[in-house]
Amino acid sequence: MLLIPCPYCGPRPEIEFIHGGEAHIARPPVPADVSVEDWTDYLYLRTNEKGVHAERWRHTHGCARFFNALRDTTTDQILATYKAGEARPDTSTVKA
Amino acid sequence: MQTFSALQLFKQGLAGQSGWRPQWRRPEPKPAYDAVIVGGGGHGLGAAYYLAKQHGLKNIAVLEKGWLGGGNTGRNTTIIRSNYLFDESAALYDHAVKLWEGLSQELNYNVMFSQRGVMMMAHTVHDVQVFKRHVHANRCNGIDTEWLTPEEAKAFCPPLNIAANMRYPVLGASLQRRGGTARHDAVAWGYARSADALGVDIIENCEVTAIRRNAAGAVEAVETTRGLIRTPKIGVSASGHTSLVLGMAGVRMPLESYPLQALVSEPIKPVFPCVVMSNTIHAYISQSDKGELVIGAGTDAYTSYTLRGALHVTQHTLDAICELFPMFRRMRMLRNWGGIVDVTPDRSPIVGKTPVQGLYVNCGWGTGGFKATPGAAHTLAWTMAKDEPHPINAPFSLDRFREGYLIDEAAAAAVAH
Repeated sequence: MLLIPCPYCGPRPEIEFIHGGEAHIARPPVPADVSVEDWTDYLYLRTNEKGVHAERWRHTHGCARFFNALRDTTTDQILATYKAGEARPDTSTVKA
Repeated sequence: MQTFSALQLFKQGLAGQSGWRPQWRRPEPKPAYDAVIVGGGGHGLGAAYYLAKQHGLKNIAVLEKGWLGGGNTGRNTTIIRSNYLFDESAALYDHAVKLWEGLSQELNYNVMFSQRGVMMMAHTVHDVQVFKRHVHANRCNGIDTEWLTPEEAKAFCPPLNIAANMRYPVLGASLQRRGGTARHDAVAWGYARSADALGVDIIENCEVTAIRRNAAGAVEAVETTRGLIRTPKIGVSASGHTSLVLGMAGVRMPLESYPLQALVSEPIKPVFPCVVMSNTIHAYISQSDKGELVIGAGTDAYTSYTLRGALHVTQHTLDAICELFPMFRRMRMLRNWGGIVDVTPDRSPIVGKTPVQGLYVNCGWGTGGFKATPGAAHTLAWTMAKDEPHPINAPFSLDRFREGYLIDEAAAAAVAH
């Protein structure tokens, strides 16, 4: 079980959270103006990163807020967590 | 190929079992092939076999980064069934079941296909309604699913607990008698042996590191850890790593890779006559011919490539198993492991062409690809040989996400499967 550092509540066990999929996927503001390819990309296509992956989590059984995490999908180590709306931190200096 | 028969067994017995030969060669990769399959599991080896057997392509290589059947082919819980809701799914999965029924004879290899029946438990009113709908839809598609009352379910599987005071009581079950299990290793080995006999080169420890495309955009070669291999056709059957392989050709996929865990108990005498599944409480159980209980859990919550998952996921499954089958409460589990499964948004597979000429894909089987092994292999081979989909896999195109023709088995079952 992962120990996930919620940026609002601190480290909590994984069972308090739900995984929200890949982070930084913005819904197009006017879907009608988007091409079929871009809409397909938004709805379905995913990076499925093998390595450092930016993903959303929701602390459902805590503060109930969404936040983002950088996790290495080859080790499951969480390198950083940050609040929704903040830019993805640079993890090149973090040891995996 | 050295065929297996009672006479052969007798002859080898007289010779002190000294005359058995390796079941396939270990060739060095050639510089070029007519077709290359990426992934040496049951799906990939099967595709090579059907390409050679039914479509006359003999100059084929199967590239496997590890050892044969070491991925999800060797990690699953071997359940085979075809009781899916939608017509497209029923056609695809039942195509596979029909191929399973003749596979041991076709390959001259005992894949130990055992049609002992797959029983899916209903625990809520919603389950009952959904399962009855599945039963009716299946029967319209010629699939032998039937509804059982709790008493009938217990008669079919005596260890089952149908007491009313359970946390998730058994309200009934749907049963597919043609469903069952097979020996997963034997499927990979049987296809490998028959494909090798038809001239297919099976190359282990050979990881694809890049896909080269020509000026027109079509594939022309794969770069591997054992050198460059030229080929006009690449079939990718790489399960959890499909996104990475397709990414080498610049194709983004609607896939996410999750760990899926399974475990086996200590071996015991035969006590468990069928396969029991419960999607609602994530418990999947059967007994292998060696006597071990083979138990599957649900996927972990997050995407990962680590080949392991969290203990609380398996614990949740074992809680459910102990409630459904109280006689197993003091069993000890021997081993547990994870596999990486590639899950699509609609929980249906993708088998067919890609936007890149000469690149074909068989992926997205999520948590239930083993059951489809012969059907997926057969339709992928057809698509690669003719450069057009077989009618059975045509609906399972990559295009369906663009076109909106999803085959939403996720909504139909309300869980990944």
